[in-house]
Amino acid sequence: MPGGIFFGTDMKIIEKEILTKENPVITRLGVIAPAIALKAEPGQFVVLMTSEEGERIPLTIVEKDEARGTISLIFQEAGLTTKLLGKFKIGDTLYSLAGPLGHATEIKNYGSVIIIGGGVGLAEILPVARALKKEGNHISTIIGARAKEMLILEGELKNTSDEFYVTTDNGSYGRKGFTTDVLTELIQKKNYDLVYAVGPIPMMKRVASITKNAKIKTLVSLNALMVDATGMCGCCRVTVSGQTKFSCVDGPEFDAHAVDWEELEKRNKVYSDKESHICKLNL
Amino acid sequence: MEAKKPRPEIQQVREFEAAKRVCGFDEVVLGFTQEQADKEALRCLQCKNPACISGCPVGIDIKKFIYQVTQKDYKGAYFTIREKNDFPSICGRICPAEYQCRKACILTKKGSSFAAPEAINVHFLERFVGDYGMNNDLEVSSEESSNLAKFKVAVVGSGPAGICCAGELARRGVKVVVFEGLHKTGGVLRYGIPPFRLPRNILDFEIDYLKKMGVEFIPNFIIGKVKTLDELFKEGFSAIFLGLGAGTPSFLGAQGENLCNIYSANEFLTRVNLMSAYKFPEFHTPVNIGRHVVVIGGGNTAMDAARVALRLQKMNGVASDTTIFYRRTEVEMPARRLEIEHAKEEGVKFRFLVKPEEFIGDEKGFVKKIRCLKCELGEPDSSGRRSPVPIGGSDFESDCDLAVIAVGLKANQILTKVTPQLKTDKYGDLVVNPETMETSVGGVFAGGDIVGGEGTVIEAMGMAKKASSAIINYLKKK
Repeated sequence: MPGGIFFGTDMKIIEKEILTKENPVITRLGVIAPAIALKAEPGQFVVLMTSEEGERIPLTIVEKDEARGTISLIFQEAGLTTKLLGKFKIGDTLYSLAGPLGHATEIKNYGSVIIIGGGVGLAEILPVARALKKEGNHISTIIGARAKEMLILEGELKNTSDEFYVTTDNGSYGRKGFTTDVLTELIQKKNYDLVYAVGPIPMMKRVASITKNAKIKTLVSLNALMVDATGMCGCCRVTVSGQTKFSCVDGPEFDAHAVDWEELEKRNKVYSDKESHICKLNL
Repeated sequence: MEAKKPRPEIQQVREFEAAKRVCGFDEVVLGFTQEQADKEALRCLQCKNPACISGCPVGIDIKKFIYQVTQKDYKGAYFTIREKNDFPSICGRICPAEYQCRKACILTKKGSSFAAPEAINVHFLERFVGDYGMNNDLEVSSEESSNLAKFKVAVVGSGPAGICCAGELARRGVKVVVFEGLHKTGGVLRYGIPPFRLPRNILDFEIDYLKKMGVEFIPNFIIGKVKTLDELFKEGFSAIFLGLGAGTPSFLGAQGENLCNIYSANEFLTRVNLMSAYKFPEFHTPVNIGRHVVVIGGGNTAMDAARVALRLQKMNGVASDTTIFYRRTEVEMPARRLEIEHAKEEGVKFRFLVKPEEFIGDEKGFVKKIRCLKCELGEPDSSGRRSPVPIGGSDFESDCDLAVIAVGLKANQILTKVTPQLKTDKYGDLVVNPETMETSVGGVFAGGDIVGGEGTVIEAMGMAKKASSAIINYLKKK
């Protein structure tokens, strides 16, 4: 094995690719993390820090390469930490990286599956779409973004889908409208066994309400705020079927029909004042 | 009791004055001067059968080290303590001595619930001696040419149990690798205990000491996720010690508990202690500041959370308003008496015999008020303390825009969930052989809060010591 038995996590950036240039900037980083690469499964995430002063933020493991000992992470520059991460260059080393965390997606042959991704959520659906496709599922993928230049991973997702739909809010590419418009049409025409959705909360919430009426099992991967991400603090707690769950160790995937979306939306804004303050400081 | 010769007076430990200390995170208790230590040591009766030693979970020869202090043989005293405890500067600061050695001291009346003020201040003496050793670079040599050097032991978790076990094994010449899930070592000593109780240079020093002894620390490495116990064995470890801690916070189950600005004590303290949120924005992890903070609970964690909240208010120019809500009375509080006193001095308010029923939020989902029931004390419960009985119809509401829930912790099950061979009890804690601390899996030992639930740092260390002896025996048979 590379680097001896206890290679730990090297955390060095070996690849950097800008996927969208502005508003928002979305970047892919390839990071050396052999131990994590060996164990990571679709649906799992890492928690990382950019510096000793940094925050711990969770990011989905989008791809892994066991042979090379690398994982790839895709993030949208939103808050301070993701902006700082965006400044990392090839050869730089993260301050901290731990994983793989959370439960892996249950990969099996469900039958016909609709996979929906919005915004940076497109990165999170990719490993799940690939794994479900490999299991023999019929994959109908619907991806959406505000405009054409904000779409990422279109080719990769198309390659792993049996049917493929693109929507943009402004109609600059694909169909004008929302991913949920396509979802509504698809489920009227045919029976589906599973819907898997990752994206902004309003999108996941709309998906949940549509598929709940249609009684289709629906999984979502939640982006709750986290600190340790190992079940220690409860920062990421969400209410699912009336029960408090920790996204980090009980999730990050949950039954979309059982999630208390309003609570999650509010909890994710708990530091919006501080966030806008620190971003203005231009650190 | 008539004293034969006059003994020095009880020495009052020096403290940073309350009004100033609440403006920052500097250490509160400043310890004994050498003169004070000498005088306090002279108060010790040097009992023929010293009860204090049996009150110490790691069995420090208290009588001997105190005698050495009276002889100004601080170096000797240091080595006496180090025979049983590798972390005198930590334990001397955070041990609840009034429930342990000081409670067992002959100067405390038998049957008291905690130590009398006259009981020898063993912990302050231990701290003095520990700091003396630290400041004078006294080093304990580990066993040379040990035939145990061919063995490698994995320690999972770098909290009190883990570092204690690592130290004991390293001293016997065993190669030890400590795996820590977080980015920094120390476990609860770092994320839980605030710097004003345990300065970070002390913690760093004691952990660096282990590194000097040859212990290797690997942070960011979550055993159970990135590697299983089986894999550790396959990679050449001969035995494993699990010091996983009690990492999962309990909540009240009250209505509205997931409103914004309701923190578990673990989250609140981790943000501030581990992530340095009190230095925001220099450090990037935020924590919100409450105008009316309510901390729920009566243990050391509740005291820590309240004192942290109060400091955050001071440092951010918010009028101090932090109140501890506890369902019993002060006597039943499990916190160290010193912490309760310090909290009071600093301006933390206390509200006893109240049970939170509901948190009430505003339109944005932030907590605004807390609704409680008043309680009265009923019959003693399984803990031996009188149990709180809510009084029907006694509801009242109180302003609360930030709440911290400090009502205990449960086992973190990340490892046990993926290791079904590890036998656990109904609480998710590990079941061990009480003599050897060996779990249901051969060669896997455990200690600290993951065995038997939440306890003190020194109790965790006591278990870790026991486990380390058993590990040595286990290795010798290999």
